[in-house]
Amino acid sequence: MLYLRLFWEFFKTGLFAIGGGMATIPFLYDISAATGWFTRNDLANMIAVSESTPGPIGVNMATYVGFVTGMNEYGTAGAILGALIATLGLITPCVIVILVIAAILKSFRDNRYVNQAFYGLRPASTGLIAAAGLSVMVSNLLFEGQTGLASINWKGWILAVVLWLLSNKVKKTKGLHPIVFIGISAVAGVVFSM
Amino acid sequence: MNVLWNLFWVFAKIGVMTFGGGYAMLPMLQREIVENKHWATEEEIMDYFAIGQCTPGIIAVNTATFVGQKQKGITGGIVASLGIVFPSLVIISLLAGVIEAFSHLTWVQHAFGGVRICVCVLILNAVVKLYKKAVVDKATFAIFLIVALGSFLLDLSPVIFVLGAAIVGIALKQMEGRKN
Repeated sequence: MLYLRLFWEFFKTGLFAIGGGMATIPFLYDISAATGWFTRNDLANMIAVSESTPGPIGVNMATYVGFVTGMNEYGTAGAILGALIATLGLITPCVIVILVIAAILKSFRDNRYVNQAFYGLRPASTGLIAAAGLSVMVSNLLFEGQTGLASINWKGWILAVVLWLLSNKVKKTKGLHPIVFIGISAVAGVVFSM
Repeated sequence: MNVLWNLFWVFAKIGVMTFGGGYAMLPMLQREIVENKHWATEEEIMDYFAIGQCTPGIIAVNTATFVGQKQKGITGGIVASLGIVFPSLVIISLLAGVIEAFSHLTWVQHAFGGVRICVCVLILNAVVKLYKKAVVDKATFAIFLIVALGSFLLDLSPVIFVLGAAIVGIALKQMEGRKN
């Protein structure tokens, strides 16, 4: 049953993705590899759309993945149901965990074991996102099935360096919302046939 | 009933006006929840954020659950959480339908080709930001490196790394405590 699996995959994502929207990306990669519901390229597109639309990124991505998965299997009606189920799957563990914590708020914040666990969880979560980022880079900055210099996506590298400079080094642009950089990249993609 | 409807509506509004989630949501929460509705104090919102960062799931959803729970118990928590995801459901479903319909066009594919490059840079920026907070000594650097390489090279579920890191974190801190 597709929808049951969809709920379960996103339930797991909601339960183990720690530290906000970007932390869901490694889990979505895992879902892509395990189920074949969507490709890695689809996923990168979804990240961009989720960053450029209102709402928390993690929620947007769950909705998007659910929509596409439902659509591929059952058409438009299935798509909307898929979006709903994936999103509910994602938020169910968060809501349960917070309702429990709200009841024991003080002792949770001061709990020694919780703090100790997070000493290890924070770098691990960062490492997972770094690995997912590396995968996105490999599939977009290198051409598949080529070797040596021919495999390098030069246009992509140039755009990446320009975007990195704009978002980190150039004073006037570095505080801008990601949507601006996504917009610039879409235009560059069309103009330079990327 | 009125309180529940109010919770749903206010968080749906916050959902619509938040681009990106996380800290981008903070100014909206301050205005709507603290100043307009007096559902929580500034300090409580900061607490919710801190807890949201170190609990599973989406920080925006966690904060909504907290505020809703405080107003109207478990039902309030659930209703506020549904409120904050409601706009995403509507907007993304509409947009995804449109994108799927046009995705076969060459220029749309080129545009997304450019956009995916941008996603690489955005993820890199996010990693750098998180790295500064998470990697504070040699042990945390080792955890970062092992998880990053392990997850990239091996075909393992992220769940395994998360559980492993929690256990390692506790073990390291326990050993440190024994030394002192």
